[in-house]
Amino acid sequence: MSQENMSNDNVESPTEDPTDDDMLLETDVTSGLEEGTQGSRTTHERTIVEAKDVNVWYNQDQALRDITMQVPENKVTAMIGPSGCGKSTFLRCINRMNDMIDAARVEGELYLGEKNVYDDDVDPVALRRRVGMVFQKPNPFPKSIYDNVAYGLNIQDIGGDHDAIVEESLKRAALWDEVKDQLDESGLDLSGGQQQRLCIARAIAPDPEVILMDEPASALDPVATSKIEDLIDELAEDYTVIIVTHNMQQAARISDKTAVFLTGGELVEFGDTKKIFENPDNERVEDYITGKFG
Amino acid sequence: MSTDDLTEDLTRNTANAPPELLTRSFFFLCAVLSIFTTLAIIALLVTEAAKFFSVTAPLMGIEGETASVVEFLTGTEWIIGEGKFGVLALVTSTVMVTLGSAIIALPLGVATAIYLSEYADPQVRSLLKPALEILAGVPTVVYGFFALIYITPALRTVFPSIGTFNLLSASIVVGIMIIPMVASISEDAMSAVPDDLRQAGYGMGATKFEVSTGIVVPAALSGILSSFILALSRAIGETMAVTVAAGAQAKFHNPFNPAAYLDGGSPMTATMVNLLTGDITGGGLAYRSLFAIGLTLFVITFAMNVISELVAQRYREEY
Repeated sequence: MSQENMSNDNVESPTEDPTDDDMLLETDVTSGLEEGTQGSRTTHERTIVEAKDVNVWYNQDQALRDITMQVPENKVTAMIGPSGCGKSTFLRCINRMNDMIDAARVEGELYLGEKNVYDDDVDPVALRRRVGMVFQKPNPFPKSIYDNVAYGLNIQDIGGDHDAIVEESLKRAALWDEVKDQLDESGLDLSGGQQQRLCIARAIAPDPEVILMDEPASALDPVATSKIEDLIDELAEDYTVIIVTHNMQQAARISDKTAVFLTGGELVEFGDTKKIFENPDNERVEDYITGKFG
Repeated sequence: MSTDDLTEDLTRNTANAPPELLTRSFFFLCAVLSIFTTLAIIALLVTEAAKFFSVTAPLMGIEGETASVVEFLTGTEWIIGEGKFGVLALVTSTVMVTLGSAIIALPLGVATAIYLSEYADPQVRSLLKPALEILAGVPTVVYGFFALIYITPALRTVFPSIGTFNLLSASIVVGIMIIPMVASISEDAMSAVPDDLRQAGYGMGATKFEVSTGIVVPAALSGILSSFILALSRAIGETMAVTVAAGAQAKFHNPFNPAAYLDGGSPMTATMVNLLTGDITGGGLAYRSLFAIGLTLFVITFAMNVISELVAQRYREEY
């Protein structure tokens, strides 16, 4: 991946600051999940997204309270929590999609690499070109399959062999075999699950640093969901995936790290997925995970 | 409740109760009336036009002067005194006004719609949209005098040779007149584009311009094209403004010759007004030519509406 592109490999990235003493946020240098499907990605962790005291208000209502967390690079980080807990709001802070909601106000610092994306000199359009996003409802453009995937390449003037990039992106999104003979047909003619994989292909084609996914499988049937989950697992080899889900089993299956948000916009616990699900530190998290509420 | 009562209650047949029957008949009658009126007008147009042409006139019991269909459709001169009824002399002026107004109204209307739908904040939109609709409510004869009194003198500063009555000012004023229609219908179509698509675009790092022109406009294409065709139909059928601005001198022009716009002309609708207000004798050939022009006009606008329907279907996107 292109860590070099976005910042030099500075060892003193803010994420490895040893004075950061919040226990919940401590990132193990060697991940706890050494076995299973994610087994190959357990070496040194580098933080790619870091939130420091992020607060969000919608008019007078506070949606997020003092969110501080470090998202490791090339891992799948899941954000779970009951409805209205602010997990989607936090996701949309990362690529500043909240900018488009007039009532929303964001305070705090949120770093991508080493740049606070809420600095005045950050262009949200440029930011979103480095941070891909997949939405809850599949939303392909009313264009051909090819043009959907090539969209980011075209608007960003990314050169190179577009045919090859489109093919590669569709292959990574596990859609190529199903659509290779109908690239000129409308993306809207695909099934819901295929549309969502098309959206994933579209998001990865410009090779972003981070891919945000906002409940990407919630509108899909179980078979399509399982395809998306397999795909997310593979994507994490090259990309950092941050996924919001209300499905705890899904978070347990696919993520390396899990952040639990609870009502009121608080990040209650953040750590290795295995630990969160087997032995959370916080009692409320345990109650939530075991289904006592939420 | 006994079972008999229950059975009776369950078989009341409310669908044919008197109030239901009455309202159903009333609405049916209203629907029939409006369709009947339209059909009657078409029938009148056709039968009266039939009296004009030499082929069909004997069938209608008309004796005396008639005109040849071929000459009507291919002739380029419209001089009633000389018995010359070449409708092309009128059609070309109509085409020119339509073409000229389209060049003005379509880009401006779509640009206005993009601004209203994508850029204007809600407050501005809540002021501008009604303002546009007021513009659509100005009587067209007022537009005609506006063209005659303000647009033509302004044009004369650029083109000193322009006539008092000319097709350019008629085109401009009809263009202004149909902008609200294009803008309003296109804006509705753009507003109906699901927000998901805009979110997708912004999420990909598209700018507002790229989202508006690259995603919203193509997604709303069916509605935008419909607005074009409806606006063109309106331009073709527009009467008072062109009667005042374009003049009454029927003249064959090449519609694609820009210089011809400086000259006057008599579009189909204006010719009809002038025929009616002139001293034509009832039942005479000139009188019957009215219906021949009317039928021609009807066929053209009807075809436009059919095309509009087909285009809308062809480009309709299911989101």
